[in-house]
Amino acid sequence: MKRTGGGLSTVAHLTLHEALRRRILLGALIAGGAFLVLYGLGLAAMVNNLGGPDATLLERRVALNMLTLAGLYAANLLVVLMAVLLPVDTLSGEIASGVMQTLAVRPIRRRDIVLGKWLGHWVVLVGYLALLFGGVLALSAVIGRFTPPRIEVGLPLVLLEATVILTISIAGGTRLGTITNGMLAFGLFGMAFIANWVEQIGTGLGNTAAQHIGTIVSLIMPSEALWQMAASQMQPPIIRELGNSPFSPFSVASPAMVWWAGGYVVVVLAIGLRAFGRRAL
Amino acid sequence: MSDLVIEAHGLRKQFGAKTAVDDLSLAVRRGEVFGFLGPNGAGKTTSIKMLLGLVAPTSGSATLLGAPIGDRMVRARLGFLPEHFRFQDWLTGRELLQLHARLLGRSPRDLGSRIEALLARVDLLDAANRPLRTYSKGMTQRVGLAQALLGEPEIVFLDEPTSGLDPLGRLLVRDVIHDLRERGTTVFLNSHLLGEVEATCSRVAFVKAGRTVHELSLGEEDGKVEVAIRAGALPDDVRAAIAQCGRIVDGAAEAAAEQIRVVVDDEERVPEIARAIVGRGIPLYEMKVARKSLEAWFLDVMGDEGRPG
Repeated sequence: MKRTGGGLSTVAHLTLHEALRRRILLGALIAGGAFLVLYGLGLAAMVNNLGGPDATLLERRVALNMLTLAGLYAANLLVVLMAVLLPVDTLSGEIASGVMQTLAVRPIRRRDIVLGKWLGHWVVLVGYLALLFGGVLALSAVIGRFTPPRIEVGLPLVLLEATVILTISIAGGTRLGTITNGMLAFGLFGMAFIANWVEQIGTGLGNTAAQHIGTIVSLIMPSEALWQMAASQMQPPIIRELGNSPFSPFSVASPAMVWWAGGYVVVVLAIGLRAFGRRAL
Repeated sequence: MSDLVIEAHGLRKQFGAKTAVDDLSLAVRRGEVFGFLGPNGAGKTTSIKMLLGLVAPTSGSATLLGAPIGDRMVRARLGFLPEHFRFQDWLTGRELLQLHARLLGRSPRDLGSRIEALLARVDLLDAANRPLRTYSKGMTQRVGLAQALLGEPEIVFLDEPTSGLDPLGRLLVRDVIHDLRERGTTVFLNSHLLGEVEATCSRVAFVKAGRTVHELSLGEEDGKVEVAIRAGALPDDVRAAIAQCGRIVDGAAEAAAEQIRVVVDDEERVPEIARAIVGRGIPLYEMKVARKSLEAWFLDVMGDEGRPG
């Protein structure tokens, strides 16, 4: 019996299969593993004299929270890297090489090719994120006996950030060449990163123009705003209010940013689907 | 149901300022092995891609198996081996065919025996568990051929299917096409290897600068003789007399003389044609008799533009 609705799951399955066989995932796992080992060693070396020899319990907790957030920040950067690079050539590369032709003449919808690839890569990304963030949190819990608050809110925000970047990388590949696409995704991420600092400093100095720049760029590219929201969630309010670390921003986006980012993913993906549906293969 | 499995009317494809296909009209009957001939850059591949729905035509229309091009259900009844055959090279040969079974909406287990038979047919059983990146060019093209035949398609599009093959591989492709023809499968063959086309096709179309300029039924022309004549202007009754001897395939009137080509069944007709012309006092400047090879047809139809500059 013929059925022709399975295109999406077939492509998603193929994408997962490919990610597992290609070296990029192995490379990412080695980098992630090395990072976790370093983080664990560093934490173990510092854990007994955190905050100086006669630090109070509060000071120790502040220092542990800072260290854990630093670890999570590094993990976040690795996840961002993965979100851009893992799918950066999945469409553009297959279009350029011609691999796409034999796929696209089969009785599957073009949108299922894009959605299948998106889904397959998203699953890999979730796994990678769970591994890195889970690793940092586990090491902090075991070595420092410390767990940041509200990780159940923070981690989904980080996943949303990674999803935004993954979606840009996939949608860009429907139209752009591999290198241009990678430049665009990293460029947007970098722009949001800088704009966020402009916003933080502007807020600190009471400069509304700088604040507005930050807000506008966050709407164009919500990645950094989502990370800042996640980071501010995963620390006790008292530390957040002190605002004396890179992870305690002066200005955090409103919860509406989550809806904005969700809509952003849907719209960017829809643009990608439309572009891929029309292009010559 | 219509006997025509491919029908195209005025297909045109423009990429920016460049016209890849200008005005393509075709009709291919079920069971034909249809050769699509032309020099590099004539628009053959773009034509195939339009028929397969990979490239949207700028204008014009076409149907495949009765449905508009690109129809998803019809695509389940097609097979395609692209000119630049590249596949997911991290898959093994067998896995590639299993993937395409799934893409066809079938389970690899369902098509298991067909996959094994095809791997044997293209002589890749020994290499079936090796990743495609270890395959030679010829092996990749052969696994691509198996991929194209997997769903027992009604129409198979082969774009330069022997470009990467050695002589044995070419014979294999020729055999496969022969089998398809026996089974009544329609084959649309893009090629510039004229010997290959001559050996396999029942009908050919010549395409030049994105237009079909000539069509030829190969079986029909077999064993016939073509006479090229250059004479003075031919009145209608003389033309009619010539037409009784054979089929006038091409006639171009020039200022002083007329050139026509006539295909006749046997050589005995040649003097009859000469008598019909000379008998009326019309000057006969030249009369050339040839059994025409496809190559001669090709050069003739393409003119000087078809030759490398």
